[in-house]
Order: sequence, then C-alpha cells, then structure tokens
Amino acid sequence: MTVAISALAIALGTILGVFVGLALLYAWLPVRIIVRIYVDFIRGTPVFVLVLASFYILSIIGIQLNAFQAGVLAITLFCSTHVGEMVRGALAAIHRGQTEAAMAIGLTFRQIFLYVLMPQALRQILPTWVNAATEMVKASTLLSIIGVTELLLATQQIISRNFLSLEFYFLAGFIYFAIDFSIERLGRYVERKVAYS
Amino acid sequence: MDYRLNFDAVWRDFDLLLSGLGLGLSLAVVSIFIGSFIGLLAAFAMISKNNLWRRIAVFYVTAIRNTPILVLIFFTFFALPQLGLRLGKIESFVFTLTIYSGAYLTEVFRGGLVALPVGLREAGLAIGLTEWGTKIWVIIPVMIRSVLPALSNNFISLFKDTSLAAAIAVPELTFYARQINVNTFRVIESWAVASLMYVSACYLIAAGLRLLERKLAIP
Amino acid sequence: MANPLMVIENLHKKFDKMEVLKGVDLTINTSDVVSIIGSSGSGKTTLLRCVNLLEEFHEGRILIDGEEIGYTKKNDKRHRLSSSILAQHRALTGMVFQTFNLFPHLTALKNVTLGLRKVKRMKKEEAIETARHWLNRVGLLNWQDHHPGQLSGGQQQRVAIARAIAMNPKLMLFDEVTSALDPELVNEVLSVIKDLADDGMTMLLVTHEMHFAYDVSTTVIFMNEGKIGEQGPPSELFQNPKSQRLAEFIKNSTF
Repeated sequence: MTVAISALAIALGTILGVFVGLALLYAWLPVRIIVRIYVDFIRGTPVFVLVLASFYILSIIGIQLNAFQAGVLAITLFCSTHVGEMVRGALAAIHRGQTEAAMAIGLTFRQIFLYVLMPQALRQILPTWVNAATEMVKASTLLSIIGVTELLLATQQIISRNFLSLEFYFLAGFIYFAIDFSIERLGRYVERKVAYS
Repeated sequence: MDYRLNFDAVWRDFDLLLSGLGLGLSLAVVSIFIGSFIGLLAAFAMISKNNLWRRIAVFYVTAIRNTPILVLIFFTFFALPQLGLRLGKIESFVFTLTIYSGAYLTEVFRGGLVALPVGLREAGLAIGLTEWGTKIWVIIPVMIRSVLPALSNNFISLFKDTSLAAAIAVPELTFYARQINVNTFRVIESWAVASLMYVSACYLIAAGLRLLERKLAIP
Repeated sequence: MANPLMVIENLHKKFDKMEVLKGVDLTINTSDVVSIIGSSGSGKTTLLRCVNLLEEFHEGRILIDGEEIGYTKKNDKRHRLSSSILAQHRALTGMVFQTFNLFPHLTALKNVTLGLRKVKRMKKEEAIETARHWLNRVGLLNWQDHHPGQLSGGQQQRVAIARAIAMNPKLMLFDEVTSALDPELVNEVLSVIKDLADDGMTMLLVTHEMHFAYDVSTTVIFMNEGKIGEQGPPSELFQNPKSQRLAEFIKNSTF
C-alpha cells in the first residue's frame, strides 16, 4: 500500500510538475502568476494540512473520494510543486546559448525543448528528483491519520493487538529506511549512468 | 453542491488558532536551537579522522533522514515509554524534532565545513589558537554565515513539520483547525484559514531570515 | 656568541612514501633574516610549515630558545604534544601565508585582536591598542574597520603580517607572501617586511623575489631535493654559486 500510494503520487506529481515548471517559465503572464501562487501556496502549507484538508474538503463540496484517493491527491499536489520548481530551476540554468544555437540550426521551439533543453535539464534534475521521491514515500505515512491502511497504520493496528510497540515501530522504521535507502542508491546508480563521461 | 462560506465559527476561535501557531513556532525554535548543537558535533564527527566517531555520525544521519518523521514521533511517544523513558506530549515531540533536525543540520554543516578553505584553520592555529579555539572563533562563525540560506530553509520546513504534533494531540495550529472542522463543520473555512496562516507565517519567517542573512553577510 | 634562537636538527618529513625533507639542519640567531630559495618541490614551504607545526615530521628536532617544540620523548618513543601545548609552541612563531588566510568574518582590527584576546588573554583595550599600533606600522590604521573582502590583496597581506607580529613572536615565518599578489601590489608588502627586518625582527622567508632576498637577507639558503644545497651570505651565494644546480637556478630566475 505504501509503495502503491507513493508510486502513484510520484508518477502523477511528476507529470503535473513538468507542466507546472513549464508554465512557471514560458506561460502567458496571468497564467504564470496563477501557477506561481499555486506553487507558493502548496509549498507554504504543511503536507499534513494538505492531506487533512483534501480529505475533509473534497467530500463537502460533493466530490466523493475515498481516503486513499484524497491522500494520493494531496501528495500528488505536493509533489507537483516540488517537481515544478526543479524543472523551472533546471531549465533556467541552461545557458541561453544552447537555445540560440538550436534556433540557428532551424529547430522549432518544440524540437528545441525535446532534443536540446530537456535532455540537459533531466540530468540536472535527477538527483533532486530522487530526493523528492524519498520525501513522498515518507509523506505517505501521513495518510495513516485519515485511515488509509498503509504501512504505519497497519503497524499501529498490529501494536494495538499485541502491544509490542517498541519492536513494531522499529520494524516499520526499518522498512521505510530500506525503501528510501534503496531509492537513493538506485538514483545514484542511474545518475552515474547518465552522467556525461 | 450546496455549501455557503461562513467564517464566523473560525473567527470565534481565531485566538486558539493563533495560540496554536505560536506553539508551533516555539516548538520549531527550540528544536532547531538544540538540534544545531547536535548537528555541529555530528558534522565535526563526520569529517574527523576518527573512524568510530565518523561511523556513529553517518549512522545517525542516514537512519534519521531515511525514516518518516511521523514514525519517529510515534516511536518516541508510544514506544520509548516501554524503555522507561516517559515524556509528556510536548517534550516528546520536541525531543523527536530535535533529533530529526539535528540529522538534517549535520548535512548542512558538513557541507559548509567541507567548503571552507583549508587555510582558515591553519591561520587560526598559526596565531596560537588550539584546535577547539580555532573551531569556536574562526571555523564555526565563518561556516554558519555561509550556510545561513540552507539553515533558513531548514527552519521553515521544520516549522511546517510541527503540524505533525497534532497527531499526538499537541495543541498547535493543525490540531485546532481539525478541532474547529470537526466541531462546527466549517470545513473549507477552517482549513483555508489554517493554510493561509501557515503560508503567511512561512513568508514572514523567510523574509525575516533573509534580512538576517543580509545583516550577517560578510562584506 | 649568544645561544641560537632556533635550531633545526636532521629534519625528515614524508608525505606517504615520498620523502620531502631528507635531513635539514639549520641554525638561526636573533635578528637573522634567512631567505630560502629553490625550485618548487624542493621542500621550502614544507620546511616552514614544519617550523610552525602545521605539518608533522617524522624525524629530527626543532628547538626554539633551547626548548624542543611539537614533540616529546617518552620511553624512547616520539609523541606529538597535545593540541593546547602545540598552540603555545605555535605562538612562538608568527606565520604569514601565501594566500593571506585572513578571517573573512572579522574586520582588519578584529583579525589582529582575536589572537591577542583569546591566546594572550589581553584586556580588550590593551588588545585594541596593540592592534592599532601594528596596523599603523603596516600603514592600514585607516582601514581597521574594513572586512578582508573590502581590501586589496596587498592590504590583506599587510593585515596578515600585523596579525602575526602583534602576537610578539620570537621568529616570523613568511611563506611566499607575494606570489599570490598582482605585480603592482608586491612592493608595498615587501617594504613592510624590509621595515620589520631593519627593526631587528628575526625572520625565515620562502621567496621567489631574488632581488628582495639579495637586499634583505643576512643568510640565503638554497634548497635542493629536500636538503640544504648551499648556504651563505647573499653576495656569496648569488655571485659565486658553488654547485651547478644553484648556478642554473639563479640564471633562470628573473632579477
């Protein structure tokens, strides 16, 4: 469950985040301002508040989501703003000369983006993106509060039956550690693979 | 959809929300303060030649940084009493947040220390300061200034993490927002106001810290 | 003749397996100005850093006023002394670095007072007075409240000299103090050093400024492959080099 929540939120959040990042850089000014407010607002609010808010608010305004969906939505939004900032930062950091060189050989904006900017930005984003992914795994614990039976809530349920709180919290902590640590290692491996040689 | 916004219930309990915000800020301040000392010691341990110290520090940082903070909070609050360490809600949360921030600050400080020019330490030694004297009067003051931006970011994310104290019923902002939500069903209003309070607090803190950074910056 | 100020006996220093100093012997008397010249990699800077105890060395002794610094012998084994005693020994010498190494967060004045306050435990007023005296000597009294980042390289190096000499060391060490400077800033630093030498300050300098070494030194040392190749008064060394190596070195140096 923990893995499903995290994977789903990371995937959706990344896709949304790429658009957020592009909007922050290239969109029509009013759109850019709205997206900016969205990003700052979500980033300024604790994830926990996002989770609780999306759980309680959505049901009241008539969108029927279960706890799982509400939780995934909250983490997806959270993820999208982080990825958005990364994408914006990485694209902004690429030298202007790259775009000009690409225009000079007659590429269209779409082509420039796909073949010149994105490949460079991706290499830069990867390490921070891996970081963000581990953050999302950790944030998935927050769904236990709204009753999604992910790893932490399952742990608590077990503890409520056998009272072995020390052992089982330790076990839960270790499982999270294992997940995050392997993501980090995987990230570093991929990073080395795609690095300029 | 038939929901009319009505902020009355929220305004009635606004002082509660404010006191919650204040508590959250205090929790963050106390934790980052004590956490800084842990972070400094662990950072020096990480770059020391002593294998044992280095391993302990690496273990501490890796373990804490890869564990969700909610698990740490529950562990301290529910599991540690079994080992005989019984803490109140607030003390327990501050304990967790301190250990947690210490691990993140270790990384920040380590980065700052590694980036310092070697000559700085040697210049301190050369005028006759001891190793610790050099650390206290030269290395730490210069390093702290160089990592202030990262320190500010850390403080803000720590402040946002105080929302998790609600999970063990520490009466801070999120706790009260949820209470108002449950008691009055002013769902949208309570969360909107709480979020806005978090966002504006973060903005103000960030602005204040940037001012401080500029003041402390080395000309 | 009075006892020598500093004696170096049979100094050996290794970096991993590479031996950089292969038995250096050197005696310096009070008010001597000793310049060390030699090609890079000959061990000049390492020798200076050993005297300031910034480097450990593996064999030999350094004595200042007859007392061994840095190491002690216990049961026939050499031990490096504790950090606090090393600090006391370091305070006997004043070191000026190639890259200045001023404390960037402190003003020029506070760069000088830090050691006076924390090492010499002077009172604040006394420390400020001493520091101002030396900043005046290096011509920077008007710059006392500036931070290193606001000073030119030459000014920074003069503050660094004031910082070292204010500690009242028995011996000043200068490690290629002008080689990181723009050419037009070299002279202001050299003239400060010459001024101190004329005052009778004992000095050991590593330098690439042959002209300066010729002018200011009482003794010049030519280091070659971790040993002292030749040693003598500047006129003798520069005009009648005995070895082929020194002759070549002088020929290739710009005067």
